[in-house]
Amino acid sequence: MGELLRYREDERHEEPAVTLDAFLGQTNATAVRLESDEDARALIPHLGQLALVEVSFPKFRDGRGFSAARILREAGFTGELRAQGDVLVDQIPLMRRCGFDAFAPEAAIDLDALERALGRYDDVYQKAADARTPVWRRRHG
Amino acid sequence: MYKYDEYDQAIVDARVGEFRDQVNRRISGEMSEDQFKPLRLMNGLYLQLHAYMLRVAVPYGTMDARQMHMLATIARKYDKGYGHFTTRQNIQYNWIKLDQAPDILAELATVEMHAIQTSGNCIRNISSDQFAGAAADEVEDPRPWAELLRQWSTFHPEFSYLPRKFKIAVIGAEEDRAAVKLHDIGLQLYRNDAGEVGFRLFAGGGMGRTPMIAPVIREWLPKGDLLSYVESCLRVYNRYGRRDNMYKARIKILVHEIGAAEYARQVEEEWAHVKTLGLDPPASEFERIAGYFAPPAYDADLPDTVDRTDPDFTLWIDQNVSAHKQPGYAVVTISLKPAEGIPGDASADQIDLMADLADKYGHDELRVTHAQNIVLPHVRKRDLHTIWQALEGAGLATPNLDLISDIIACPGLDYCSLANARSIPLAQKIAGRFADLDRQRDVGELKLKISGCINACGHHHAGHIGILGVDRKGEENYQLSFGGSAAEDTSLAKIIGPGFNEDGVVDAVEKAVETYRGLRTEGERFLDTYRRVGLAPFKEAIYG
Repeated sequence: MGELLRYREDERHEEPAVTLDAFLGQTNATAVRLESDEDARALIPHLGQLALVEVSFPKFRDGRGFSAARILREAGFTGELRAQGDVLVDQIPLMRRCGFDAFAPEAAIDLDALERALGRYDDVYQKAADARTPVWRRRHG
Repeated sequence: MYKYDEYDQAIVDARVGEFRDQVNRRISGEMSEDQFKPLRLMNGLYLQLHAYMLRVAVPYGTMDARQMHMLATIARKYDKGYGHFTTRQNIQYNWIKLDQAPDILAELATVEMHAIQTSGNCIRNISSDQFAGAAADEVEDPRPWAELLRQWSTFHPEFSYLPRKFKIAVIGAEEDRAAVKLHDIGLQLYRNDAGEVGFRLFAGGGMGRTPMIAPVIREWLPKGDLLSYVESCLRVYNRYGRRDNMYKARIKILVHEIGAAEYARQVEEEWAHVKTLGLDPPASEFERIAGYFAPPAYDADLPDTVDRTDPDFTLWIDQNVSAHKQPGYAVVTISLKPAEGIPGDASADQIDLMADLADKYGHDELRVTHAQNIVLPHVRKRDLHTIWQALEGAGLATPNLDLISDIIACPGLDYCSLANARSIPLAQKIAGRFADLDRQRDVGELKLKISGCINACGHHHAGHIGILGVDRKGEENYQLSFGGSAAEDTSLAKIIGPGFNEDGVVDAVEKAVETYRGLRTEGERFLDTYRRVGLAPFKEAIYG
């Protein structure tokens, strides 16, 4: 198990994440875990009470969590969005762009390689869920 | 054509560094082959039967002479002196060493080229009409839209781990030279009754083991909404495309299983939200890109006639030269299908020669076609004879465009680790059987396509005659199909009966051609006759 990587200023959320079914059945949980085949939109009515959404990546090839993250950020979720599971160093820059700000990789991440990967591109071509300015906006002021 | 600005160049340069880093981590053992595989694939690097294969992107098939020369340089320096132009309008090199791949990318970057997303479960190189900007039947040049899509799809953060690969084609004419309905998304620019130009969007087409023709998902899409709408199409696919079985993971299966109407409904619902996010660049960005695709500075008052006294030259003109929208100009298709050649292969010297011709006579532009040929899109008719002589001297003047020897073939078992049967020797045998050009010309347009396995890289489903190589109890066996088309009248070929060995399938093709010659009416192509009379007479001739 790799260490938890966080790109947030606030304190780490300690309450264990409950399953989506459990969350929808009880009203007071503040952390939920979303499996890769579960619909992130089910959380939208409850975003205000959530401090943490953990999105599962059972295999690094399973890219559904990238869409789940964007959907939650586009709906205004500002809590911790954590990618958990088979998360690889070269995926983290893309995950950051989709709105993930915490990572719980199963295997340890080479932090030097991660730092290189995160600093690799000064510019991006498309608008996403992060604050980066797409190239087309830079070109046209 | 498009030129990089400092942003495009910085991104491609950074990519070289990123891939070098990834290769180093693989070579040092820090990364497993399983983890490295999707990363190298997203950079077009495959492990084949004998070596690594590197697929270099030629966005929408368009290049200038400097880029084409670089392809020759790479063939000489890092491969065995040749390259293979592909049905995705790209080029691939078959004898690459892993540790040299980053150096190749560094060389490509110096001429605004790369291998980004030429493989992997991501949005692949955008393909287009090889006659774009030159064709008389064009409503609008599709390439600026293809470039906009190229930029949008490059390192797309949400769509780099899709269920499966994703191919997009854009055309701007009624005649479909890019097989849009056989793509994951096909886009066709057209003019509506109000005189506005917009897109018709098809989704869910493809070949492979389950061929499907894409249905229309949106009949009219305003141009300015393109990226947000395509983003919505992809998001629905990324969320709901099947991931339990890689053979059912393409978008065509999703669209087929839930139905085109339901897929369209989900996309529209997604788009209602996505279009509010400001993902579409302003019109000024499209105009900036479109500026690069302005027509070349044509000479006015050029002679529009060609001296037809040389019979060999005339033969080539009639077969390989197409109408250009500008009087005095023509479009040349250089056949990479010489008798006994390998379809789509070109030597470094041939690549250099084609680049020189483009530079000297072709407004510095070349195109790669999905039929694995090369196009000089803008040449003066008065230069045609000089161009032909130069091509003739390099073995590049075979006058067989769209004839039976202009075969699309995948690399097959000679190179590919997925193949069940060889494609190249079969293509050569068929071309050899019809070596007599007069006979080929008498037969007329006949698109023959060969795949060495059910993944259908040789487009056999879309062949007027399609051949699929399979493994039958350890023997190579070839299934014959008739009636496919990748043009605007898209259709899928149907298997005609039991398969053949290599010589048997060549005989069967010949019998089919002779049957057609006996049955055709004035002006009918093989495909037309087959559609009119059906399979029975062909089956009788072949199996009877």
